[in-house]
Amino acid sequence: MEMFIFILAAIASVACCLMVITQKNPVRAVLFLIMAFVAQAILFVQLSAVFVAALQIIVYAGAIMVLFLFIIMLLNLRKDEFGGDRHPFQKFAAVALAALLAFELVIVALRDGSRSPSVSLPENFGSVESIGEILFTKYLLPFEATSILLMAAILGAVVLAKKRLDD
Amino acid sequence: MVPLEYYLTLSAVIFAIGVLGVLTSRNLIVIFMSIEIMLNAGNLALIAFSRALGDVSGHAFVFIVFAVAAAEAAVGLAIILAVFRNRESVNADDFNIMRW
Amino acid sequence: MSNYIWLIPAAPLAGFLINGLFGKRFPKPVVSSIACGSVFFSLVAAVLALIELLGLDPEYRSIETLLFSWIPSGAFQVDIAFLLDPLSAVMMLVVSGVGFLIHVYSIGYMAHDKEFSRFFTYLNLFTGSMLILVLANNFLLLYVGWEAVGLCSYLLIGFWYKKQSASDAGKKAFIVNRIGDFGFAIGIFMIFWTFGSLNFSQVFESAASSFQIGSSVITAITLLLFVGATGKSAQIPLYVWLPDAMEGPTPVSALIHAATMVTAGVYMVARCNVLYTLAPTSLLVVALIGAATALFAATMGLAQNDIKRVLAYSTISQLGYMFLACGVAAFTAGIFHLMTHAFFKALLFLGAGSVIHAMSNEQDMRNMGGLRSKIKTTYLTMLVGTLAIAGIPGLSGFFSKDEILWKAFSSEHGGVVFWLIGVVTAGLTAFYMFRLLFLTFFGKPRYDKHKSEHLHESPRNMLFALASLAVLSAIGGWIGIPASMGGGNHFERFMEPVFASSAALASHGENHHSHVTEYLLMTISVLFVLLMIYFAYVAYIRRPQLATSLRERFAGIHKVVYNKYYVDEIYAAVIVRPLIVISMFLWKVIDVAIIDGIANGLAYMVQSFSGSTRVMQTGYLRNYALMFLGGAIVVLAFFMSMR
Repeated sequence: MEMFIFILAAIASVACCLMVITQKNPVRAVLFLIMAFVAQAILFVQLSAVFVAALQIIVYAGAIMVLFLFIIMLLNLRKDEFGGDRHPFQKFAAVALAALLAFELVIVALRDGSRSPSVSLPENFGSVESIGEILFTKYLLPFEATSILLMAAILGAVVLAKKRLDD
Repeated sequence: MVPLEYYLTLSAVIFAIGVLGVLTSRNLIVIFMSIEIMLNAGNLALIAFSRALGDVSGHAFVFIVFAVAAAEAAVGLAIILAVFRNRESVNADDFNIMRW
Repeated sequence: MSNYIWLIPAAPLAGFLINGLFGKRFPKPVVSSIACGSVFFSLVAAVLALIELLGLDPEYRSIETLLFSWIPSGAFQVDIAFLLDPLSAVMMLVVSGVGFLIHVYSIGYMAHDKEFSRFFTYLNLFTGSMLILVLANNFLLLYVGWEAVGLCSYLLIGFWYKKQSASDAGKKAFIVNRIGDFGFAIGIFMIFWTFGSLNFSQVFESAASSFQIGSSVITAITLLLFVGATGKSAQIPLYVWLPDAMEGPTPVSALIHAATMVTAGVYMVARCNVLYTLAPTSLLVVALIGAATALFAATMGLAQNDIKRVLAYSTISQLGYMFLACGVAAFTAGIFHLMTHAFFKALLFLGAGSVIHAMSNEQDMRNMGGLRSKIKTTYLTMLVGTLAIAGIPGLSGFFSKDEILWKAFSSEHGGVVFWLIGVVTAGLTAFYMFRLLFLTFFGKPRYDKHKSEHLHESPRNMLFALASLAVLSAIGGWIGIPASMGGGNHFERFMEPVFASSAALASHGENHHSHVTEYLLMTISVLFVLLMIYFAYVAYIRRPQLATSLRERFAGIHKVVYNKYYVDEIYAAVIVRPLIVISMFLWKVIDVAIIDGIANGLAYMVQSFSGSTRVMQTGYLRNYALMFLGGAIVVLAFFMSMR
């Protein structure tokens, strides 16, 4: 049963990702990306990462993707925005190199991934409590750094979006 | 129980798809989304390792990756907005000002 | 105490900055009062420092004030620090005193010049640099002043740079000085290499304690330092720049090329008296060069017609005198003559400037004459200066010149030959100076009517400077009246501590001569001088045709002397022309063909190579990402193969 759900979710997420990069219409691409995220959230649940799965849906699929949609709507992009590709060679090289990269990564995964031992999980693995505890103790500094990063990002976004570049 | 290497393989494939998206798309927003795909592929691997090792640290990493993704999306989209205002385009091939 | 010493050079430098930055916007009275005020400030401070110095016991009259550490680099320590001792006190008084009078004089002399503020800027810079030179407590700071006064000399000779001859003269002075400074710099390097320090007191102490008389290292050092002195003080063979330096404004000739800067070499030799005493060979060289220059330049002065050039050759000759004194280890006499010479030579130059001013820029004495009644004050002051330089008893020049002649005769480093050269030079000096005086102020006017209409006495501030210098020329020597003439010789006793250690080194075997010998020699030289004055009187006033007929009789000699022994031409043929040929070869073949060829070839290679690789730089984001990915794949493959 577990394997069945994994295969289903894996196929769904790979297919959705492929749709994202092949869609001409960016709005559809965003919608497929949301579907891919949902499929991955299912995988997270399978891996006992309940809290992360919830965040994936709420923050990623919910907030960030809405931001993407918002921008696309704001810029009022159409699917026939661009003409023919000016770099035809680019596409073939990209497919070849991406395939090569996938090949390499899969080899690494299959060769080295199987060696990892699987251990019995603690009681509250992946719960809000355990993640919160580790975030505020062991990873306090990265956590605080994240807050500075977000602050900088907010200010940067405001400054960049406020006025024209040449003002 | 699904073995770890399955998840890692899936993660590798999704990552490669993200890379392919960055390289082939001309729409800056789609390139951006491809980057999000790559981030998620990484997240998947992190969660899988975390499960395999029984250590919840991976979850904390994913949490931070979410924050980074959010920050990146905010700034990146603001840049796209500013670029669009100036050049009336989000086609990556319209910009070759990096060469001089 | 004495921590205001730094203000002495700092005040003119401050004036230089103010006038240099804002002088163009100030009216002339403001510029001149800043310039003169700053130098006057230095003068007052120098007098205060002297009073303070006189209040101390003679053996403690050496005060070093550290301003700040300049180059603290390992074993190489150089400070900005000033040394106040009798020698530097005399020098700074001469520089600031004569400098102040010349500043005052310049207000009148340069009044009609458009670049009034630039002139005073340079003049202030010069005064400040010269004060740094004389007050420095180490060789490097002295070198800083040394080079800075050289720069000012260059700037001021070429002050009227629109005149080709003036800018050429400036370049000549600068380049000839460079040759001397080259030797001087190597001398300083050798001092540091030998003693591990550049501080005067440390160097002299360790030299006196750890080197024998006649040491070859010390001889080399002193000879190299003397090369610098020949350049700066216009001695053979590097004297050629000084006559040409007369292209500058006359106050400059008075201040820089007569009274102060050119005496820097004498000061330096006197400052290094310990080193020179340790090297008798160098002393002999100094004395020989000095004596030769004194005689040689005096003969050249005989045949010049330009009033300033006569004085220029006279300056060279008198500098030779000073070196002669240093060369016979009579440093006090040299410095004494330096001081009196500063007074009367500045006076003579300023008087000449006043004449030139009155004659609407006429410098040729053949076009003057009979000016005695027209510009009376100038005439009287010039007369005092001429009598002083000729060595008429009672005036300053007599005492200093007599001191040198006596030391040249009596010192263990001296000899009859040096004395004889000195006396002949003194006679020649008297002759050409009175020739100048007679041609300018006596006889019939030889200028045209147009000039006589404009003939006028100089303004009051110029006369003030002349009168002050005349008084100094008259009485300036009285502080050094030798014991044999009933004087106290205060000057020698004042300077004694500076030269005490070198005197101790050379104390053995002092020749003792009676006062009778001294009187005899003195009488001979004075009589000879009087005789030469009479000759000048006969040749230029009583029977002017005599001078003409003599000139015609000895036409060949006159031509050689008139053309300054063709030294400039010889230098041009022997040194300058081969240098130009070599330089042309280096330029055309070595530089253009080989060095430029290598450089251009490399550049061309780089250009062609980068031309082929720049195609990769498309500027497109996705192309760059593709290459980035290719690199990432290669790196990943590398790490995979490592496992």
